[in-house]
Parts: sequence; structure tokens; C-alpha cells
Amino acid sequence: MNWHSPSEFLAMGGYGLYVWGSYAAAAALMLLEPWLAQRRHRRAWHDAVQAHTSESES
Amino acid sequence: MTAPTATAAPLRLFNFAAPSRFYALIGTLVPWCWAATVLLAVAGLYMGFFVAPTDATQGDAYRIIFIHVPAAWMSMLLYLVMAGWAGIGWAFNARMASMLARAIAPTGAMFAFLALWTGSFWGKPAWGTWWVWDARLTTELLLLFLYLGYIALVNAIDDLRRADQAGALLALVGSINVPVIYFSVKWWNTLHQGATISMTAAPKMASTMLTAMLLLTLAFWAYAFAVIFTRTRAIVIEREAHTSWVADLARGQSRS
Repeated sequence: MNWHSPSEFLAMGGYGLYVWGSYAAAAALMLLEPWLAQRRHRRAWHDAVQAHTSESES
Repeated sequence: MTAPTATAAPLRLFNFAAPSRFYALIGTLVPWCWAATVLLAVAGLYMGFFVAPTDATQGDAYRIIFIHVPAAWMSMLLYLVMAGWAGIGWAFNARMASMLARAIAPTGAMFAFLALWTGSFWGKPAWGTWWVWDARLTTELLLLFLYLGYIALVNAIDDLRRADQAGALLALVGSINVPVIYFSVKWWNTLHQGATISMTAAPKMASTMLTAMLLLTLAFWAYAFAVIFTRTRAIVIEREAHTSWVADLARGQSRS
């Protein structure tokens, strides 16, 4: 085991800023990107449903 | 007597070149890719933070390697895959291939940015500077600009086929940069360290460290498949909105 307490884990042997700055950026980007891609798919699908159902009703 | 079985169920991979079939196929694959991403990431992070020991010379700052190297690998690999599909789309007028190339670009750019960002956060404690105009760093920055240039170019041209062709040209010419990034630490005297893993020599790191890095590499692969397939589905619907298969799918959805 490398760490004896949560604060020791957060400190990362004095390199906490650099380690967590890297991992936080990775986590943020890798949550944001799928959210954007999913939103794009949902919107494209929503538009397609609207376009094709309104045309069949008229 | 055995002949009919050979043609009874032929494997028709080219069937998936049809956007309608590919759309359905990747729709079923996406949840599995996410499950693999989460499992591999949890395993890799556990190995990286709780099993791999503190480095004798770099302390705990070295733990950035577990995401830095996979991100850099993905940025280079995805560029070649993007250029490959763009080239196939151009040469064979295959629309699905061009759509895949467009779907890969933002994910590749994200990994290139992440490689630079994590490299910067590692460079500060290791070298004492956030950035140097070193061969490895500069060529990786150029890779990010190539991704952004490709995205800007294909979005700037209204005619989709012409945009795909122009993008393919840019992507293929830019792919010269990828081997330059890879070999930059050998060709020039750089501040950046040499390859951690090479095909010809034993890895220069403890096996638990290596395991953590490889698990996160696989997690990034699964992530790339999941997010690229999701974006591909969006692009397929956007570009095929006028076709009868999308119309049928959309009407089926609204009825249920």
C-alpha cells in the first residue's frame, strides 16, 4: 500500500497539483466529449423524426 | 454435397458499408464499449495508484505517465486511422468511410490536447518548465493543429463530397507528421525522454507500472470506439436525413 491516509493520497508526495491537474483534465474532457456526441445524436434524431412525421401527416 | 454450405451464409462485411446497417451495428456496440471503458479504467487506476510503487527518482509525479502515454499513442493512432478512412472515402467514393473520418477527428484532437496538457503538468516538476520548443512537443502540437485544421476545413465547405475530398487531402499530407513525432526523440536531441516501451528492448519500468499503463491504454481504446461510434451515428442521421431508411426509422419511432 502506498498511502497511509487520504491526505497523503491527495498530496501525492508533494506533486498533488501536477498529478491531479492531469487527471482532472482527462476526467473532464472524457466526460464532456461523450456528452456532446450524445447530444448531437439526440438532436439529429429529433430533427429526423420531426421532418418525417410532419411530412407524412400533410 | 458440401458446396451449398459455403454459400449459405457468406460473411458479407461490405454490407456494413451501407450507412443503414452500420448505424444499427454500432448502436448495439456502444453500450459494450462503455462497459469495457469503465472496467478497464477502474482496474488501471487501481493498479496505477494503489499497486504501482512510488518512483525512486521522480516520486509520485511519474504517475502522470499512466494517462500521458496512452493519450499520446491514441492521438497518433487515431490520426492514421482518420487519414486512412478519409483516403478510402475519397478513392472509392465511399460515404460511410468519409463519415467515419469526420467522426474520428474531434476525439483525436481531444487526445492530442490531453497528451500536451498532461505532458505540461509533468514537464513542470520534471524539467522545471511547462513548455519547451522541443522536437517531440512541437510535432505533437502540430498534430493538434492538423486535427483542428481538418475539422475547420470539412466544416467550411458546404458541398459534402468536396469537403470530404479536401479533408482527405489535408489528412493524408499531414500523416507524414506521425512518424516524425514517433521518431523525434531518436532523430533530435530532445529534452523529452526516449520511448518507454520499444519493440526491441525490455520495458524500462516496473511490471506493475507497465500493467497500469497498458490497462489505461485499453480503456482509452474502448473509450475511443464508444465516443466515435456515437458521433458516427449522429453524422449518419444528419447526412442521410433525406433517405427512405431514415424516414422509415423515424416514423417507426414516432408511432411507438
